[in-house]
Amino acid sequence: MIRWLLIFMALALSARAQDRVVNIYNWTDYIDPSVLADFTRETGIKTRYDVFDSLETLEAKLFAGHSGYDIVLPSNEPSFSRLIKAGALTPIDRAKVPNWKNLDPVLMQRVESSDKDNRHGAIYLWGSIGLGINPDRIHAVAPDAPLNSWALLLDPKWAKQVAPCGIIMMDSAIDVVPSVLRYLGRSPDGATPEDFDAVSKALMAIRPYIREFASGGALEALATGQACLALDYSGDVDQAGARAREAGKGVNVTYVVPKEGAEIGFDMLSIPADAPHKEEALAFIDFVLRPDIMARITDATRYPNAIPATRALVKTTLLDDPNVFPTDAVMQRFFTIGPSTQAADRARTRLWARFKAGN
Amino acid sequence: MTAATRRWVLAVPTLWLILLLVAPLAIVLLIAFATPADRIPPFSLGFTLDNLRLVASDPLYRDALLRSLRVAGISTVICLVMGFPAALAIARAPSRWRNALLLAVMLPFWTGFLMRINAWIGLLADDGLIVRLLGTPHLLYTDTAMYIGMVYTYLPFMVLPLYARLSRLDPTLMQAAADLGAPPWRVFLRVILPLSRPGIAAGAALVFVPAIGEYVIPALLGGPQAQLIGKVLWEEFFSNRDWPTASAVAVWLLVVLIAIPAVVMRAAKVPPKR
Repeated sequence: MIRWLLIFMALALSARAQDRVVNIYNWTDYIDPSVLADFTRETGIKTRYDVFDSLETLEAKLFAGHSGYDIVLPSNEPSFSRLIKAGALTPIDRAKVPNWKNLDPVLMQRVESSDKDNRHGAIYLWGSIGLGINPDRIHAVAPDAPLNSWALLLDPKWAKQVAPCGIIMMDSAIDVVPSVLRYLGRSPDGATPEDFDAVSKALMAIRPYIREFASGGALEALATGQACLALDYSGDVDQAGARAREAGKGVNVTYVVPKEGAEIGFDMLSIPADAPHKEEALAFIDFVLRPDIMARITDATRYPNAIPATRALVKTTLLDDPNVFPTDAVMQRFFTIGPSTQAADRARTRLWARFKAGN
Repeated sequence: MTAATRRWVLAVPTLWLILLLVAPLAIVLLIAFATPADRIPPFSLGFTLDNLRLVASDPLYRDALLRSLRVAGISTVICLVMGFPAALAIARAPSRWRNALLLAVMLPFWTGFLMRINAWIGLLADDGLIVRLLGTPHLLYTDTAMYIGMVYTYLPFMVLPLYARLSRLDPTLMQAAADLGAPPWRVFLRVILPLSRPGIAAGAALVFVPAIGEYVIPALLGGPQAQLIGKVLWEEFFSNRDWPTASAVAVWLLVVLIAIPAVVMRAAKVPPKR
């Protein structure tokens, strides 16, 4: 009896040892799916791929502990730095990630303010938060509206005119409030009661003109022409534009980096401290940091990466796309945000709940 | 049954209650007194009344709770108005039909709840069947859509207890009232309705109590203005990672949920015979 049990256990264990898996938790529409298949083919490690649509969702899972994920992709601020502070991420063993050398040192230095010496993560993709617009539709309802400014959305005068063709607000306090502060001429990191009051007033003034709050959902509405203005991530808008062109129904979508400035965020390949498959996670990071693989990811997602060698490998149409490879003039308009405190989080999310409820 | 066996038999449900009701509630209470922190899990234990005080004083939570009570109340009334005739009809139907009709009431449970609500999204959308056939204005993500979802989901919980009560009413009482000259509306108001009060109370409690905390239907069918207490709680927990405040909301919600049925059940006792 005991012998049978031992044999059974040995079989079960060997089956588990052969079944190497990596559990990945990534943003929606943020990879070339064939990359996962190629990873499994080359390494024999299976992938289980799951998606989140906002930093809030990601943090909710990770802060509860035992998420079961091996690879997560938090933005450098505020999530990545907060997770490091909470001890929720494991330092990366670079000896097992030879392709680390492909990373752009200049960009990696930009995230050192969130992660000293870049111990906990490598840049996967990065992007900015700005406006997705359908210039034709907006022009039809508001001929004089400024298409290059946050005022298009945040000035009630213009929002009211644009509202009939559909305005969508990203449903994430963390990602919206800094841009509103910037538009109001305040520090994007501002967290005083006066700062939040000003943001609240500005948002409430445009609340009647917002059709929908979308988490990861503006892509579809922009691509189909159901909405003409959305506060959204750069690559999302670019993907919407590409889908609209493919559909060939005359819907035109472009991304705008407002002249007042746009927040940029770096999404970091990182490994939770309690990840069950750390070796496999390191193998996955090494795989996606290969220039040929990363070029395919940028091709599919239209987000810039941090591997300079991909420039020679991506689709040539993307090279002229200022959203994928921003010009120096656009780079000047980007700003980053710093860490946030618990009290500021509370005030910000309370403000957001009121804004959504509209009272 | 000896005293010892009885104790053993009672131990099982008692253990069950402690494990699945008392223990989780105790944990929620514990977290409601803790302080939020950047760690895993995201709070540090302690004793502060700040969370409970914040939830009690911030109009955000009070408004959400009041809105939830109103939505649950209106849904209950609509369910009652729609469910009563249905239950009465089933109770009066020929016995060979009755089981089939009851089955029809319960049939929706054979499909997943989320799937059915998602089907409503398709039906209520701008290019969906209802808007196109009836020519109604925009429906999806409005209060109307939310009420349709609520009534659709909770109607069986009203019909079944009403049926259970109505099917046991003694038909001779109705005949006697009619023989004594009462028109049908008076038979209904003076005989059927008072006798079915326990059924109404049971149905109303089964609809009202879960409807207050309902999260999925307002989130999927209602608009962003539908900030109900269940959604606010969810957001404190999942969007704000603020477990102590979420727990404080849960504690206050529980207080209300215990108080309301207690009052309803008291009012629902069958009136003493005159």
